[in-house]
Amino acid sequence: MSTKIKINSQIFQDSNNVYYPKDEVEVSDLIRELYKQDSPTEIIGNNSKSFIGNKTQSANTTSLSKISGIIDYRPEELYIKVKACTPINEIEKVLSENSQELAFEPIDFGYIKDGKSNKGTIAGYLSCNYAGSRRFKVGSVRDHVLGFKGVNGKGDIIKSGGTVVKNVTGYDLSKLIAGSFGTLVALTEITLKVLPKKDSSKTVIIYPNNFEQIYDLFNKLSSSSSEISGAVFIPEQSNDKEFSAKRNNVFKFNDLKSKVSFVAFRVEGDKISIEEKINNLKKELELNNSDISTLDVYQSEPFWEKINNLEVFEKTEHNLIRMVIPPANGSKLCKYLQNNHNYFIDWCGSLFWIEVNSKKEEKIKDLKKMAKDFGGYLTVIKTSSEYDYGEPIFTVDKVRLMISEKVKQSFDPKRILNPGKMYRGV
Amino acid sequence: MSELALPKIDNSILNRKSEIVKNLSKLTDKENVLSEADELRPYETDALSVYTQTPLAVVLPENTDEVSEILKYCYSENIKVVPRGAGTGLSGGALPLQDAILLGLGKFNKILEIDYKNKCVVTQPGVTNLGITHAVQHKGFYYAPDPSSQLACSIGGNVAENSGGVHSLKYGTTTNNILGVQMVMMDGTICRFGGKSFDQEGYDLMGLICGSEGLLGVVTEVTVKILKTPDVVRAALIGFPSIKEGGYAASEIISSGIVPAGMEIMDKALIEATDNFSKAGYPRDAELLLIVELDGTESEVNELIRKVEAICKKNNCSSLKLSNSERERLSFWAGRKAAFPACGAMAPDYYCMDGSIPRGKLAEALLEIKKLSEKYELPVANCFHAGDGNLHPLIMFDGNDKEQLRKTEEFGSEILKTCVRLGGVITGEHGVGIEKRELMCEMFNDNDIQQQLSIKKSLDEKNLLNPGKVYPILRKCAEEGRVHVHKNKDKFPDLPRF
Repeated sequence: MSTKIKINSQIFQDSNNVYYPKDEVEVSDLIRELYKQDSPTEIIGNNSKSFIGNKTQSANTTSLSKISGIIDYRPEELYIKVKACTPINEIEKVLSENSQELAFEPIDFGYIKDGKSNKGTIAGYLSCNYAGSRRFKVGSVRDHVLGFKGVNGKGDIIKSGGTVVKNVTGYDLSKLIAGSFGTLVALTEITLKVLPKKDSSKTVIIYPNNFEQIYDLFNKLSSSSSEISGAVFIPEQSNDKEFSAKRNNVFKFNDLKSKVSFVAFRVEGDKISIEEKINNLKKELELNNSDISTLDVYQSEPFWEKINNLEVFEKTEHNLIRMVIPPANGSKLCKYLQNNHNYFIDWCGSLFWIEVNSKKEEKIKDLKKMAKDFGGYLTVIKTSSEYDYGEPIFTVDKVRLMISEKVKQSFDPKRILNPGKMYRGV
Repeated sequence: MSELALPKIDNSILNRKSEIVKNLSKLTDKENVLSEADELRPYETDALSVYTQTPLAVVLPENTDEVSEILKYCYSENIKVVPRGAGTGLSGGALPLQDAILLGLGKFNKILEIDYKNKCVVTQPGVTNLGITHAVQHKGFYYAPDPSSQLACSIGGNVAENSGGVHSLKYGTTTNNILGVQMVMMDGTICRFGGKSFDQEGYDLMGLICGSEGLLGVVTEVTVKILKTPDVVRAALIGFPSIKEGGYAASEIISSGIVPAGMEIMDKALIEATDNFSKAGYPRDAELLLIVELDGTESEVNELIRKVEAICKKNNCSSLKLSNSERERLSFWAGRKAAFPACGAMAPDYYCMDGSIPRGKLAEALLEIKKLSEKYELPVANCFHAGDGNLHPLIMFDGNDKEQLRKTEEFGSEILKTCVRLGGVITGEHGVGIEKRELMCEMFNDNDIQQQLSIKKSLDEKNLLNPGKVYPILRKCAEEGRVHVHKNKDKFPDLPRF
């Protein structure tokens, strides 16, 4: 963390020589100086997700954690404008007071990191663009960003978007920033679309007999006009006793059978429409009451929190993979994974969270090939201590890498911001 | 309208026209290259028909490889290219240039795959927006974004403009409803962003392309998400005695936690114009008319209607009618959908503006527009996508009267500046094109615009793809003092200016 160069500014530095600019002007001054001196910096928020991505190749560290606080919240306009490193918890709290929420359901990566809740900041969250279980219905983080301000790699303060939903003025840079891992701008301000919180929720549990049935259920659920807002498959992995015990401990609910695989789907809304939708879905899915169990709101809410906290992989020391594929190829992948790796499926069949034992690093290469063949991609979210990065942790093809390099160049020509965090040269 | 500044004409290209046409004819079927004056005429303008320009030639390729070869050729010969979908754009984004070829995607008119298991449709860009819904509606699916031109506009054009529609508050705009695109870059490189799965990893290049108005690449294939048609859709037609009360009701509907499928507002001038034109049965005594559409399951819709009714009554609505059949629902929309032709019947010409404002600022915006209407002595009627804050004032004028033309343009520009002042933007869904190019400086400062130009330069270094669109010609911006040019020194001397 040592800083070799003298930055000609009053910006606060702690004993580890981490810079803490307190506003966008200080961020701009700092980056302009680093740009002049060709000295790259790692950009961090409150470090909740800094373990995701490659290690940056930089001499400096800039923490944006002091750039925090709500700037403007307009419940009636359905937006909130915040300083970039405002903690997600703080945003969710103020939204909740007005019965609103971040509909993309932020994942709490703290559990897989060290077993403690830490949702981190909105800037970190936007930089990763990893949405929770509601994604297939409401979109990802990128679909909820209305605008931002930040500092590019030359030290220029730039903005894009605004506070309104409909806006086609200039390139939609908010999309580009989402998932860019801090390699394009150091974010200073973010405006998000917020949505009303649903009155209530219920979760229906089905215990399928085989893989074909799982994907048949997912397909019927996503084809129904009785909209669901979450659908997962949690397999029982009886061959891995340790995982099985953890899994059964995490999903310990009064109305959920233990030690069996299950599909769970969530219905949200007012109480009457929840009942109506569940009844419709039972008919469409040809379910008998004896085959299923239902989690009421008091069980349903913590159930989805546990899913979005990735609690079955709490403190994992293995490689944790996030794979997204078109759902129609899911049952093939499912068959491959069963008895090979611990996993669960979210997003009604599209998103796989897969744990790969540290001693089987070459397996990641196989999985990546499968992801590509199936028309998707994978990211190694957490690496084991033995991971040597021989297999890149992101999925990218040659053409996209070439374009990504050009885009990077246009924001950050000297590669000052988080160099190498995603791809070598970017 | 006023004389339009366009990129400097390259006379060497004009002089080489016959050679260029000959070479293009080698890259696609000869019949697909148009160069005679009468063949070019239909391509002289898009839906912003006040501006016309004959292109050097029109090329209508039939597949992605041909697009790639054509762009590669143009890149090597420094020939400018203007891409065009169905030509329904309202901001002049597909206006040809004299020294550019117009690349029409009209022959890309096939749906390639309907994939119900993955809830998506893979289509060529020339297929119309409504064509996608027509292809899947027998199975109870539809494509959500519904711009008013959906019968004619192409999905490729929708991607270029990030088109919305009346349902975009609940269902989003094009960018939220596509999964992937295939695109050809100016140097001929064919690339794919996204596919049938959610959220591509890395830079969201699909998100960058969507709404880039044909400046970064030519889209040759689009994968769109399809949704299940809701069980029940009902609409409410609500009249208010004042703009304020109607505006409050619309705001309160949103803040109460309801997300309507669509919510439209029309002012008195438009209520009268549309009711005269389409006999929609609108309450003519109302100062403001609110149409609220709700969808979902039966009990869900009933509950929402109950809440909307209560809110409107609390805000002193003067009339409230609920649709009791699909026919009645469509009749509620008939007037709103006839807004443009209704204005067309009232004056020789009308000019449709497209700003976005925060919903709560509606009364203020309408009041300001009323004042401007008096100042310019030009009648105006307003419709407003109240759900998402998108305002469409329709200025009525006589295009044969040069002074009225000038005043209309100034009036429009003042409306958009008002939108920015109220916290909104200069275009909600029609795009910047050439129409609002010079107003970009109202929203963006020098840094913001330079960053966008840097992106353009990184993907189209010679500035050959749709030049002269979206970004202000520097000279005018500088004259207006909004782009800071110190001692006549450009901050980025290596950047092209267009």
